[in-house]
Amino acid sequence: MVIENTDLSTIAPDSTGNFTFPERNKYDSGYGITEKTIDYICDVKGDPDWIREFRKKALGVFNSKPMPTHWATKDLENIKFDEFRYYLSDGQKPKRSWDDVPEDVKKTFDRLGIPEQERKFLAGVEAQYDSEAAYSNIKAAVAEQGVIFVNSTEGLHKYPEIFRKWFGKVIPTGDNKFSALNSAVFSGGSFIYVPPGVKVKHPLQAYFRINSEQFGQFERTLIIADEGAEVMYMEGCTAPKFETATLHSAVVELVAMKGAKIQYVTVQNWSSNVFNLVTKRGIAHEDAVVKWIDCNIGSRLTMKYPGVVMKGKRARGEVISIALANSGQHQDTGAKMVHAADDTTSNVISKSISIGEGRATYRGLVHIPKHLKGCKNNTECDALLINPNSRTDTYPAISVRGNQHATQHEASVSQVSADQIFYLMQRGLTEAEAMSLSVNGFINDLAKEFPMEYSVELKRLIDLEMEGSVG
Amino acid sequence: MDSTVLDNPPDILPERDTLTPSGLQIAVPSRDDRETLPAWFRERTASAWKDFQQLPVPSIKSEPWRYSNAKRISLAELHPAGAASATDEQQAIEQSHPINNAAARLVFVNDRLVHRDAAKLPAGVVCVSFAEALRDHEELLKQHFMKRESFLGSAKFASLHLAHVKAGTVVFVPKNVVVEHPIEIFHWVTESNAAIFPHTLVVTSEHAQVKAIDHYRSSNDALTLSCAVADIIAGAGSSITYVSCQELGEKGQALHLSSTSTHRDSKVKSFQVQLGGEFSRSESVSDLVGENSRSDMLSVSMPVGDQLVDQRTLQRHLAPHTYSDLLYKNALYDRAHSIFSGLIHVFEGAHYTDAYQTCRNLLNSEEAEASSMPGLEINADQVKCSHGSTSSPVSDEELFYLKARGIPDTEARRLIVIGFLANAVSRLEDESIETMIRERMEEKFASLVVA
Repeated sequence: MVIENTDLSTIAPDSTGNFTFPERNKYDSGYGITEKTIDYICDVKGDPDWIREFRKKALGVFNSKPMPTHWATKDLENIKFDEFRYYLSDGQKPKRSWDDVPEDVKKTFDRLGIPEQERKFLAGVEAQYDSEAAYSNIKAAVAEQGVIFVNSTEGLHKYPEIFRKWFGKVIPTGDNKFSALNSAVFSGGSFIYVPPGVKVKHPLQAYFRINSEQFGQFERTLIIADEGAEVMYMEGCTAPKFETATLHSAVVELVAMKGAKIQYVTVQNWSSNVFNLVTKRGIAHEDAVVKWIDCNIGSRLTMKYPGVVMKGKRARGEVISIALANSGQHQDTGAKMVHAADDTTSNVISKSISIGEGRATYRGLVHIPKHLKGCKNNTECDALLINPNSRTDTYPAISVRGNQHATQHEASVSQVSADQIFYLMQRGLTEAEAMSLSVNGFINDLAKEFPMEYSVELKRLIDLEMEGSVG
Repeated sequence: MDSTVLDNPPDILPERDTLTPSGLQIAVPSRDDRETLPAWFRERTASAWKDFQQLPVPSIKSEPWRYSNAKRISLAELHPAGAASATDEQQAIEQSHPINNAAARLVFVNDRLVHRDAAKLPAGVVCVSFAEALRDHEELLKQHFMKRESFLGSAKFASLHLAHVKAGTVVFVPKNVVVEHPIEIFHWVTESNAAIFPHTLVVTSEHAQVKAIDHYRSSNDALTLSCAVADIIAGAGSSITYVSCQELGEKGQALHLSSTSTHRDSKVKSFQVQLGGEFSRSESVSDLVGENSRSDMLSVSMPVGDQLVDQRTLQRHLAPHTYSDLLYKNALYDRAHSIFSGLIHVFEGAHYTDAYQTCRNLLNSEEAEASSMPGLEINADQVKCSHGSTSSPVSDEELFYLKARGIPDTEARRLIVIGFLANAVSRLEDESIETMIRERMEEKFASLVVA
């Protein structure tokens, strides 16, 4: 394959549009999903028998479950499961050093505007090219601390005693139709184990990409922080523009043991033909903290409700989320907080922006059963509407039993005020700049929660999305 | 007894041997003896009965019934209420204490009008029983009678109401007429395993004003069902206050479907008081159809024991420059459960909408449960919307403050709960109605303390 040597400086900073590069796929399981597809995946990956059984059982669950259209959008019915390929790999073994990474993959990263130095600086960059990790470099310091950071296939082969104990325990196969689908065909994703007391200084990162037309990607990530451990994991996604719908259905399971802390950061920018149907959930044991920081931009339909089950006393769950829906996009996001022990606290802050004919939806669940005491929940969701046809919905569900808890939920919907825009324009800003500035102001206090480089990327993405939405 | 009783249509006798496919005991209403009724009405009731039979009982999995259960409505054990004895009727009339300055009082027992006193109403105001309206105000009914789609999950029960309706009140206030004091309507059910189907229609013409109160009561604690529909239609520039006060006995079940429509520059306040029954579900819809109209949706409830209060609301903003504000307050005791599901729906083009929604739950026991689902769907621009929902116990500081001033624990808690509920009541801005509601709450509170 010939790679052109384009001078990077000639690429405009906002050229995020076309990331399509030629496909090279040694393994291809064909279209649709049957037992044969699963046998094929297992054979290629060399899965142990228990995984093969697990996958086949999950396929049965997937086929038996109806689409959740009695509460979710009817757009789900447009997913043609037979038109997707469920497994694809370019057959590469994970690479050891940066130099071995294919040029076209690097080039895609460059287009994202992330400087190479920064990439090298960040600990354990793991880039996912299609289903398998194309690049894997765990910083020596992290490995020395005894941290396991591998892709999920390697995790289940090399560390079955830890992997099997928690795999599928936080999100059971039958949780929903899409978690069942993921359980049947999962490939890729990360497996992280942080030993007791270890505090991982650098955030661990993985960049996911989709690079094959009509190809669904089904990552499976499992992160375990043992007693008193701390870890921050970041994922960022960009997808090339495709002509037909692409299905992405990941399952992410987090386990925070006693006193542990896990932060999971996502910044996503899917192309607007992607169905992104993700199940994410964490278990927080005694005194543990699980925090989801989530930013959803792009996609045709995103359905994602990160959840925390607070299983031990004084556990804490947090979801901080930003969603941006442009024309043709529906961001159906939210949070699920299940209090299962005394004195547990949870916090949900969600901000959404609807541009053009975009639709942003908040859907939440807070559950506090009766035998508990001292549980607290705070939920805030704010929506900003930019254009007259923009749309936003909020559907929380809060169930509290007993007189020893406190919950509060607040939501507001508003516009960027005309006064604000007038004020800024009077000082020489164009209407679009004024709008962009106001929108960035709206999410500013949440953007601060993201790591610095992500919050810069986020600001850039918002500027791009806002282009042409006014005037 | 008032002579108007004779105007009631002949009783619909339940055909107890005619079981419906689903085995319900509420049998097909007999139509043969109602030939005096207008043809259009007979057609509608007949087709409603068909709909009722065809529609399934809502599943617990259907979203409008989340956390609730339609199977708690014991349809199989109920039959339409038969005529009450003269003693029961007399007792009901005596116990229907109107508020001091009521402009009119109507008393229905088992869906039959037994008393009316409407002397104080201004000239031109129509305040008649449903049966009289069918005879004398056909056009009004044709125009407004159950014209609405059922949005909140009880299409089946709306059909049941329409199939059986024969009692209730129709109020029409002509242009510029102001009825200062409330019209008070009492619905009693005295028989066990009996169902009543009271209907209320209040229509105002331009710049008219009226207030109406519906009381739903039963004379014993046996199983009863009140399946009521109230439609409130405010003409341009008019103002209506409507209060529904449900105090059925211990095993009572209430399904109250109400809707309001506000036309240009009009104002409606609707208030749901839920005090009785073991299961009470209210579905309240506000349609804001005219510019610059306003709708206030208010409610208080005090469920105790195993009571379930199930509240579903919908604020539909169909026109620009409209305002709606909802405040629902529940004080829960024992093993009681409250469910609030509200939706603000701002339609395309309904720009400059202000819509607010607040549900607050005060949990007074370890086993009480509050579920809230406040929702928003916004499809317009220049909209100001917010919703809030809280669930919490009585704050220790408030309690401490009162106790420090020598007020005993029970009394302090009573004061806090009454105060908590009262700020929804005071939004009515009508002293006599507010006093009435406060008295009903105090009465329930007294029974609570004794128990």
